[in-house]
Order: sequence, then structure tokens, then C-alpha cells
Amino acid sequence: MSENNEKDWPLWEVFYQPKNGKPYEHAGSLHASDAENALQNARDVYARRNEGIGIWVVPSDQITASTPEDMGSFFDPASDKPYRHPQFYSVPRAVKKRS
Amino acid sequence: METQQQLDDFQARIDAGEKIEPKDWMPERYREQIIRMGSQHAHSEIVGMLPEGNWISRAPSLKRKLVLLAKVQDEAGHGLYLYSAIETLGVRRSELIDQYLYGNAKYSSIFNYPTLSYADVCVIGWLVDGAAIVNQTKLAHSSYGPYARANLRICKEESFHKKQGYEMVAKLAEGTPAQRKMVQSAVDRFWWPTLMMFGPNDSNSPNSAELLKWQVKLNTNDELRQHFVDRVVMEAEAVGLTLPDPDLKFNEETGHWEFGEIPWDEFWDVVKGNGVMNRERIKSRRKAHEDGAWVREAAQAYARKKNLSREKAS
Ligand SMILES: [Fe+2]
Ligand SMILES: [Fe+2]
Repeated sequence: MSENNEKDWPLWEVFYQPKNGKPYEHAGSLHASDAENALQNARDVYARRNEGIGIWVVPSDQITASTPEDMGSFFDPASDKPYRHPQFYSVPRAVKKRS
Repeated sequence: METQQQLDDFQARIDAGEKIEPKDWMPERYREQIIRMGSQHAHSEIVGMLPEGNWISRAPSLKRKLVLLAKVQDEAGHGLYLYSAIETLGVRRSELIDQYLYGNAKYSSIFNYPTLSYADVCVIGWLVDGAAIVNQTKLAHSSYGPYARANLRICKEESFHKKQGYEMVAKLAEGTPAQRKMVQSAVDRFWWPTLMMFGPNDSNSPNSAELLKWQVKLNTNDELRQHFVDRVVMEAEAVGLTLPDPDLKFNEETGHWEFGEIPWDEFWDVVKGNGVMNRERIKSRRKAHEDGAWVREAAQAYARKKNLSREKAS
């Protein structure tokens, strides 16, 4: 019989640290009944070949994300500040050659 | 309502090589196509475990048992990567699984052929995973971000699948006369069904134009099939096996191998559900799903109980 109304296990986002010293990366998501189960599943699904030395699992509904509609205005404040980049500044010619 | 402006902007993003992410605006039809194609792909990975899983306990050595076990486990992983990519479009996992266990969702017809000998498993690794690599390497550039990334992850694992198969094929091909016969028979049976994996000819593929326009896929069925044939002919020659096609010949002008007419009647027959193993495959998948229901329920009950006691404690 169909189990259409059976509820899925909650969805978790999986992040792993590929190597010591590297930042965590998003791997994908999975369903799991609880956090412990999510960690074990994440190891089996996303780290069968030592892809990670550390794993985070986060309930997907706990993530707050910017929306594509925000994109323009939300990130605007950064786009008119060229003085935050080194290219904005000039350096005496003699020094430039050496760097 | 989708305005022409929205559609044009969307197409411009695709043409500029941008990836579409889950929350981006997309035509409803694009969303449907990704769900349809991606979930078919996911179901195929899951059903694909059955023909080979059938041989894990009978693989000829401990080493080959371990290899096969690891490969089949990877296929489960591929299914899960793909389901999770498709779910980003707001469709529920249980819905997708329901559609293929109890509805009429499709999966690749190659998995509706039986695996009669261990050589079949070896040839599947070589040909079927080889064909899957050709498809998925391209799909790793698909316009839908999560689907492309899932395919990229899959590709990293597929070369092991193909290599272990080809290695065994080569071993059998230089083995005893009985082993040679066994592996040649497997090639004879799997050759045409493998070519069908790329789908109908372009002239007969109603979804293709739309999928190509939106770069959900990047090559036509016939292009991918040709690419595959060109590669496999050399690999077959290298191990002294014959591909069962008397019309196979090299065209000096095009630089491609020409091949005979694919038995499309058989293809459509299997797609319609009349393959040797269609019923058996679905039956096995349903049984696995239903037999596992108590595990899913128990895990949920356990999680609820733990949550409750945590709430009480705080
Ligand atoms: Fe796979
Ligand atoms: Fe594979």
C-alpha cells in the first residue's frame, strides 16, 4: 500500500571539513530522524572516501538565507566602496616593480 | 503567470552559463523537467542496485565481494544525492518514492534485464557504468545548480565502477574457454540495451529540444551514444571481445564508428513494463520499502521520546 501520508524524516544540511585547516563546505542534504542519526547517515552518504575529517549537520529549517530578490539591494552597500580593495591605491613606481 | 520578460531573462541567464539555484525564478516547466529527469535518474540508481546486489554473496572471492558491495553502496549514495538535489525544488522525498513504487515514474530500462552470470556483473560495470559516466560527466554541467553538483559528486565515484568491471572483463576474456564464453555471452546480451540507455534517437525524443534550450542537458542522445560507441569499440578490441553488431564499421571521413539499427521495439516494450524483470524489480523495491517501515517508525518514535525527555529536563 501507498505510504503517501507517512511523514518524511526531517531534512538536514550536511557540511564537511575536507582537510585539517580547511573551512567546512556544503555537501548536500539528507533525511534523518534525529541529530545522531543524521551524523551517521552523513558519514555513509557523503564521506565514504574520507571526503571529510569533520561533519556538521544542521536542521534545514534552521537555516536563514538571503533570497535572490534581495540580491541587488542586500549586497549594494559593498558595490560602491572600491577603496576596500588594494587596486584603489597607487604605489610609487620603484616599489611596484619589486612586488 | 509567466511573462515573456521573465522567460527571456531566464533564457539570458542560461545562455550566459549561469547556474539556476533553488530560490531563483524559473519557468514552471523548467521545474517540472528537472523533477522529472532528476527523479528518474535517482530511481535508476536505486533500482540499479538490484541486478548487481543479486551477485554480492556469489562473487568469486572475498576481494570481489568487497568491491561489489562498495559499488552497490555507492549506487545507493548516488540515488540519495539526486533525491536531495530534486527536493530543493520543494517536492517531498516520500512523494518521489511513492511515484516510482506505486505510481508510474520511470527508471532506466537497462535494469529490467536479468543478471544470469557473474560475468554479467562485470559487463555491467564496464558498459552500463561506462555509459552512465558519459551521461553524467555532461550532466555535471547542467544548468540547475544542485543537480549539476550531485552529478559532479557521482562522477568522482563512477570511474571506480567502470574500472573494476573492465578489469574483470579483461580477466575473464583471457581466462579459460568457459570464462571467455561466459563474458562474450554477457556482452552479446548487454550491448544493445546499453546503447538504449542514451534514450530514443534525436528525431524521436520529444523532451530533448526543451532540455537542450534550458541546458538541463547539454548533448543530444545520439551525440552521447556516438561518443560512447567510439570509446567502447577500442576497449572491446583491447580485450579481444566482439561487439554483436555486424554493421559496426569505422567511417574515415567522420572519424566515428557507425553502428547498426538499435532494436527500438524491444526498448519501448521494456519501457512499457514488459521487460523480463520489470515486475520483479518493483516487487523487490516495494518489499524492501515496506519491510523497512518499522525501522523508520521506531527511529521516529525514539527521536520523539528523546525530544520529550530533553524538554522535561530543561
Ligand atoms: Fe551510479
Ligand atoms: Fe555506478
